[in-house]
Amino acid sequence: MGFISRGFHGRPRDEGVKLPPGQYLVHDFPVLSAGPTPRVPLDRWEFAIDTEDGRTHRWSWRELMALPSETPTVDLHCVTKWSKLGTAWKGVSLDTLFADVESSAEYALVYSYGGYTTNLPVEDLLDGKAWIVYEFDGEELAAAHGGPARLLVPHLYLWKSAKWVQGIRLLNEDWPGFWETAGYHNYGDPWREQRYQGD
Amino acid sequence: MNGRRLVWRIARLVEIRDETPSARTLVFQIPDWPGHLAGQHVDIRLTAEDGYSTQRSYSIAAPADGERVELTIQRVPDGEVSPYLSEELAVGDEVEIRGPVGGWFVWRPDGTAPVLLVAGGSGIVPLMAMIRARRQAGSRTPFRLVYSLREPGERYYAGELRRPDPGLDVTYLYTRVVPDGWARPPGRLTVADLNTGGWPADFTPACYVCGPTGFVETAADILLAMGHDARAIKTERFGPTGG
Ligand SMILES: Cc1cc2nc3c(=O)[nH]c(=O)nc-3n(C[C@H](O)[C@H](O)[C@H](O)COP(=O)(O)OP(=O)(O)OC[C@H]3O[C@@H](n4cnc5c(N)ncnc54)[C@H](O)[C@@H]3O)c2cc1C
Repeated sequence: MGFISRGFHGRPRDEGVKLPPGQYLVHDFPVLSAGPTPRVPLDRWEFAIDTEDGRTHRWSWRELMALPSETPTVDLHCVTKWSKLGTAWKGVSLDTLFADVESSAEYALVYSYGGYTTNLPVEDLLDGKAWIVYEFDGEELAAAHGGPARLLVPHLYLWKSAKWVQGIRLLNEDWPGFWETAGYHNYGDPWREQRYQGD
Repeated sequence: MNGRRLVWRIARLVEIRDETPSARTLVFQIPDWPGHLAGQHVDIRLTAEDGYSTQRSYSIAAPADGERVELTIQRVPDGEVSPYLSEELAVGDEVEIRGPVGGWFVWRPDGTAPVLLVAGGSGIVPLMAMIRARRQAGSRTPFRLVYSLREPGERYYAGELRRPDPGLDVTYLYTRVVPDGWARPPGRLTVADLNTGGWPADFTPACYVCGPTGFVETAADILLAMGHDARAIKTERFGPTGG
């Protein structure tokens, strides 16, 4: 490449921290969403997994809370360039939610209260890689950050971690979600800097 | 969606216009720029001599105009990138830019629904691109802009927004300091402001809200409470604080 910006020095580098290409470190928690923040009352909240042959598995809020929880501490990478390290969450592993789901589908379309969608391969949801989380930093998850519950898939750019998650539809073919249709990368691996289509 | 790859291009700064003491408009010339829609943004990449590089997003301030791309950069104290762009970069200097990015927060001149633009601070930038695109296209779509700022000296594009533009109404709100004789006391955006300066929900306007996260959250919540359809409210959060 070899391009240099005249007179640009940047912040002192913290050699101990390795970030994905093009990312910078923040200590606050920025918000990115395409519209207003939906508010979902817990007594009407429901999470569903819909299989490719039309069966639906459902959990009420109370049922979700009754499931074994985990407390992952993970790094977040947002496509708008910020990264936040060591964030502490509490929620239910998708392995737990998928335990009784019979499916051979390869693709998932995650949908949210408010209409947001995002797609990813089913295998990226399993084997300890993804959670439905409802607490951040020991507090209930704020609506602006996706509460009452959001998906957390920290190995992909944060737009894949759908806020206000309502369900996951399992599909035999890949359906692009909201940002994926608007020109963002279909998979979104921050370490390969897959921000936009064609990256 | 068109599957076009977003490549990094070398952009040369060709013009600088001061907007306020802490913000300036930069006009870049970018060879083979593919064009863009009002509301989209670009990514800028800066690279230091030791190879360290960092990227930030900036909204485009004007509609497509060949190879010219205009941005307005607010200096954020202690920021890594914005002080460099808003103070150091000189005409003739080059940066790397790629884009356009974002196919959602856009206004197209064939849109017929009335438009409400709600800007907080530098959130005016992509909304100004929409205002300019409307004017350039000779569109008669009625526009209303509600522009919230700390004080009158922070207005961007002040001269241009003062000039009559039939079908565009502009309302300024000041949160800290108001001009002499100004009726509205200083304060944050309220329902009353959007009632007066916006459109009734039954006109089904397209709403665009842009600014710092906290401002966008408040404005979008007020619009929902006024009965606007959530799907008609598009937001862009410049972040990162608040929320
Ligand atoms: C889609 C998009 C479009 C954007 N368009 C514009 C634009 O048109 N014009 C523009 O000036 N900026 C715009 N921004 C913001 C811009 O990308 C940078 O975040 C901003 O310039 C600060 O970068 P920095 O490197 O100077 O600060 P950093 O080094 O990243 O941050 C330094 C400190 O300032 C705080 N900070 C960062 N950004 C802001 C902010 N915007 N307001 C207040 N405090 C802040 C940080 O929390 C941090 O504490 C946009 C952001 C997005 C996501």
